[in-house]
Amino acid sequence: MNRNWLVLPLAGAMLSACVTINIYFPAAAAEKAADKIIDEIMQQQPAAAKPAAPDSKKEETK
Amino acid sequence: MRRMSRGLLAVLALCFSAATFAAADINVDTPGVNALKQSMRERFHELRPYLESGAVGLTADGLLAVRDAAAVPLAQRQALNGLVAAQNRDRNALYAEIARANGHPEWAGEIRNTFAQRWIQHAPPGWWVQSGGGWTQK
Repeated sequence: MNRNWLVLPLAGAMLSACVTINIYFPAAAAEKAADKIIDEIMQQQPAAAKPAAPDSKKEETK
Repeated sequence: MRRMSRGLLAVLALCFSAATFAAADINVDTPGVNALKQSMRERFHELRPYLESGAVGLTADGLLAVRDAAAVPLAQRQALNGLVAAQNRDRNALYAEIARANGHPEWAGEIRNTFAQRWIQHAPPGWWVQSGGGWTQK
């Protein structure tokens, strides 16, 4: 029973360390995600992303 | 004591799973993000000429601003203000939505800063961007 006093604070310290690890901001991943979204928004042809309607428009170049 | 060490093991396992989660990607493939992206893409098409002429610039906080209203004919100014305001509404919503979708609403500010830098990075030469409070032309 005496060891509880040793183990419990240790577990507490580890848990709080976990929380610290968990809240860091993934800057590199965010940058990658931002690049992807910005590229999609800045595309020259806004209709190009939706190949749903196969209309008579010429899609292929020779 | 045996139970206690098992508990400790569980805590350790939790730590590792938390660390793995922290290293995970930012997920931007949600219906909310996609809807915002779509409406921003359509509006960007209309805004592009104003960005090219310098009437509109990219701000340091990840938004757009009318920086030279005089470059726009009087009749178009109100429409342009509306376009910029609508685009900024979507941008603010996008930053908040990405943070929320990834379980960290408090990241919205950092996501905004990341986007602000990347928007400016993606801007072609000739566009106006805000840096250190003033406008500079890329």
